[in-house]
Amino acid sequence: MSRFFTQDHEWVDVDGDVGTVGISEYAQSQLGDVVFVEVPEAGKQLTKGADAAVVESVKAASDVYSPVSGTVIEGNAALADDSSLVNSDAEAAGWFFKLTLSDPSELDSLMDEAAYAAFVEGL
Amino acid sequence: MSINQSGWRPTAPEQGKGNVPASVTGNKALMLEEALIFEIGDSHTTGVDFATAPARAATSKLGALARKAPIGLPGLSEPETVRHYTRLSRQNYGIDLGFFPLGSCTMKHNPRLNEKMARLPGFSDVHPLQPVDTVQGALEVIHQLAHWLVTLTGMTSVAMSPKAGAHGELCGVLAIRAALEAKGEGHRKIILVPESAHGTNPATAAFAGYSVEDIPATAEGRVDTAALKARLGPDVAGVMITNPNTCGLFERDMREISDAVHAAGGFVYCDGANFNAIVGRVRPGDLGIDAMHINLHKTFSTPHGGGGPGSGPVVFSAALTPYAPLPFVEKQDGQFVLVEEETAGEHHAGSFGRMVAFHGQMGMFTRALTYILSHGADGLRQVSEDAVLNANYILRSLDDTLDAPFGPSGPCMHEALFSDSGLAEGFSTIDVAKGLIDEGFHPMTMYFPLVVHGAMLVEPTETESKAALDQFIAALRSVAERAKAGDPSLKTAPHFAPRARLDETLAARKPVLVWKDPAPLAQAAE
Repeated sequence: MSRFFTQDHEWVDVDGDVGTVGISEYAQSQLGDVVFVEVPEAGKQLTKGADAAVVESVKAASDVYSPVSGTVIEGNAALADDSSLVNSDAEAAGWFFKLTLSDPSELDSLMDEAAYAAFVEGL
Repeated sequence: MSINQSGWRPTAPEQGKGNVPASVTGNKALMLEEALIFEIGDSHTTGVDFATAPARAATSKLGALARKAPIGLPGLSEPETVRHYTRLSRQNYGIDLGFFPLGSCTMKHNPRLNEKMARLPGFSDVHPLQPVDTVQGALEVIHQLAHWLVTLTGMTSVAMSPKAGAHGELCGVLAIRAALEAKGEGHRKIILVPESAHGTNPATAAFAGYSVEDIPATAEGRVDTAALKARLGPDVAGVMITNPNTCGLFERDMREISDAVHAAGGFVYCDGANFNAIVGRVRPGDLGIDAMHINLHKTFSTPHGGGGPGSGPVVFSAALTPYAPLPFVEKQDGQFVLVEEETAGEHHAGSFGRMVAFHGQMGMFTRALTYILSHGADGLRQVSEDAVLNANYILRSLDDTLDAPFGPSGPCMHEALFSDSGLAEGFSTIDVAKGLIDEGFHPMTMYFPLVVHGAMLVEPTETESKAALDQFIAALRSVAERAKAGDPSLKTAPHFAPRARLDETLAARKPVLVWKDPAPLAQAAE
């Protein structure tokens, strides 16, 4: 399994043709306390870079973009009850949705952990 | 008094510090501690004492609709009710009480003359369905104001009916959509919105059925013109630009942007919420804009919290005028008439429809026209000059203490923008804002625009004196210095407000919206 990041601070874990998407630790620290999350429903078709989810913090509401194209398998229902998971565990339990990748070659344009760390350092 | 257990107020004011004991009542001198209306009064009190109705043999026909339990009205006498709401009103903060530097909101003084005029019976007591020959004066106000708006903006026509800024945005975008469909170009489905635009712009475009694409801002805080031009094409319906933008800067490339958008077959919408900064100086029509709303309640006084509802007339270019909504006021043979569906006929057949049932916010029309006439053309020019001067005075007085990200871009327009860069570790804009409350100021707009980290957007407007600005600058400087030095007391500010810092996260995650009676009793007044 390998993890990729976007410049918009989403991460995607890829296992076979299934990707799990969330927002990065850096993103949650910038958002502040998350109070609401809207995740996509199963079956929704997403294209790379399209609006996939919404995350609302005490400071702002932001769109979460899909890092890759594919079909949503499930949204993280746990976030509806406890949006603070995004703050406490952004890169594991605070995942947003899982999808079936339609074009794994899109991953080539994303950053690995080291490249993303350097990218955040430069912000 | 029963204790509120609904979690409404988690914190109490700090009292009893030093040698002075806290008051028994919780009141601080004449600043009174006020309970919720459900917590005062009792079940035996009513405002009006009706005699008990005699028992009658009539049977209820309500059936299953009959009420089964008391509805829980509070039981208060008239003086208790009057005092309750008067006390609450004293805890409110508005422009009549003090400086209100909310950026983007144009919280200027609302002249009392406006109110006097708006209350004249001929304007305040008219009905929208009255015969037009009985409301000639009111229609003349709308007609005259429309003429001023068209003249000040250098546009062709104006739709007076939209009732707020965002409502005006929708009106403008619907006109763009109607114009495109009339040209057989309904396939254009994308509206470009720069990062420096108002947050309502992308929402409006989406509501009107368009997909929104962001255009980045340059390092100096203006639209990236090259990026915008590169994105133009046969799928783009138009752009929505806020000018002056939310970074407080004038979009200098506006004419160039408009020409490029028109050349690509699109239309230019301008968010005119910040018209206050350029009124009398710049005519948006000269910048190639096709539609722009004007917040009467900002540029021409009466901001929110200052007396009236919103009103967002939209001015149109010649290209969009045929599609403007109904109704509008025209002068025919010395009479003012309302042009509506029945009378529009062929000379306005392209109208996309109607934004509201009637004619718009009559009260705001009267206030805005009063403001315009009492200032005159030269006075309006002075308004924008002074608004810009005041904002620059704040920007340059504080840019040694606070980070002004676009300070190097030159003078600002009507609002000064700072970031949280340079504050101590763990301190953010929220701490500065809460510290300002202790100093007796309503905080500035926070965390907006999003292009600036921890944004603080200060809009002083032209109605503040230099003495008032100096006092605010001294207060903000003091609070900012505490935040830079990491003063821990700032993290728990405000300390002197009726309530200490509220837990906004808990309030948003688990809002308590309904008061629950801790010990339900038989209720009064029923």
